[in-house]
Amino acid sequence: MTDDVHEHDLHAYVDGTLPEPRRLEVEAWLAAHPADAARVQAWAAQNQSLHGAFDAVLNEPLPLALVRATRRPSIPAPFKTMAAMLAMLATGLVGYAIGLNAEQAPAAPVYFARDAAIAHTVFSPESRHPVEVDAAHADHLVAWLSKRVGTQLQAPDFRAQGFELLGGRLLAGETGPVAQFMYQDRIERRVTLYVRRAVAGNRETAFRHATENSVDVFYWIDGDFGYALSGQIGRQAIRVLADAAYAQLVTASVKP
Amino acid sequence: MRARPDLIEHLPRLRRYARALTGDVSRADDLVQDTLERALAKLDLWQPGSDLRAWLFTLMHNLFVNQIRVRRPHETAMEDALDEPVSGGQMDALAARDIHDALARLPEEQRAVLLLVGLEQFGYAEAAQVLGVPVGTVMSRLSRARERMRVMLAGGPAIKLKVVK
Repeated sequence: MTDDVHEHDLHAYVDGTLPEPRRLEVEAWLAAHPADAARVQAWAAQNQSLHGAFDAVLNEPLPLALVRATRRPSIPAPFKTMAAMLAMLATGLVGYAIGLNAEQAPAAPVYFARDAAIAHTVFSPESRHPVEVDAAHADHLVAWLSKRVGTQLQAPDFRAQGFELLGGRLLAGETGPVAQFMYQDRIERRVTLYVRRAVAGNRETAFRHATENSVDVFYWIDGDFGYALSGQIGRQAIRVLADAAYAQLVTASVKP
Repeated sequence: MRARPDLIEHLPRLRRYARALTGDVSRADDLVQDTLERALAKLDLWQPGSDLRAWLFTLMHNLFVNQIRVRRPHETAMEDALDEPVSGGQMDALAARDIHDALARLPEEQRAVLLLVGLEQFGYAEAAQVLGVPVGTVMSRLSRARERMRVMLAGGPAIKLKVVK
């Protein structure tokens, strides 16, 4: 029987929530009722238009203020302001006041590693939009990210270590734009390299390691750049990639 | 102390919904920020195992409704006023430039339902839970929203809708 198709059936048809037998009944109804079919087509087109108009938001650089807001320890409101002020005094950087409390007033590099780990956690599981620009357009990707970050960047080559460049994206850091390169191996494990301009005056080059929510991060500062390599492939494996990246980037920077 | 759920994986989708709901980048991110603050403050009230995404959208919806009330306290009866059938003669007045324009002209309640179902792909019962209304209300708002959108978008001279099967 198809003479009892109601309005809500038509919506459920558009939204794909009908069980199969009912879906077939509605389809038969639509074949015989062109006015309803036209409405259903228009509604489905609306759903498509909504995705067309707003899915790009999923790909946008995440404002770090929002990322930090997901991590803020919940402390009683009266102490929040005080903690933020203490943190500002401790770091001397207003930007770092967001998301801090008094017990966490460490030096900036810790935040660098944390931000890199957060960016890794956000984007590496994405199956549809892991990168903004894919590796097929590698030259364009590097040129585009270099322009946005403000200096010539280079994407290290990890093919010898079994990781192919997947692509990259631009993120919004508090000291300016940040480039994220993403790599993937044969079993689809992903690592990300997070690159931003280093804070002026910092000439430290030692590797440092941090673990943020089970993501291993190796980070170092070299000349004008801060680099952080993040992944969940084991600390030693990340270290091997970080060594490779460091060697390539140093070689590149002494080229004429 | 139990493990805190990670809110970050919900951030891109909260931003998408807020952007579509408010039609404004900074207003949307402010709404997301307020939602996260509220969520962290009330995290102890969230039932582990229940749908965190639906809970976050519920918090966002409540904040959004409060903002609307503060901004425009006199518009509560709008939905009924706009519920009249639309005749052909009104088409020109209702023609929307594009989907953004059409969305902006929907009453907030209808816009929220349309976006939760059509964009965020919540089920009708989930959308009802997020909005704090019966499922029947969700269905009637969805129906009105889709019909108004159809008329507005069909009325525009340069709109080409891609038809999907």
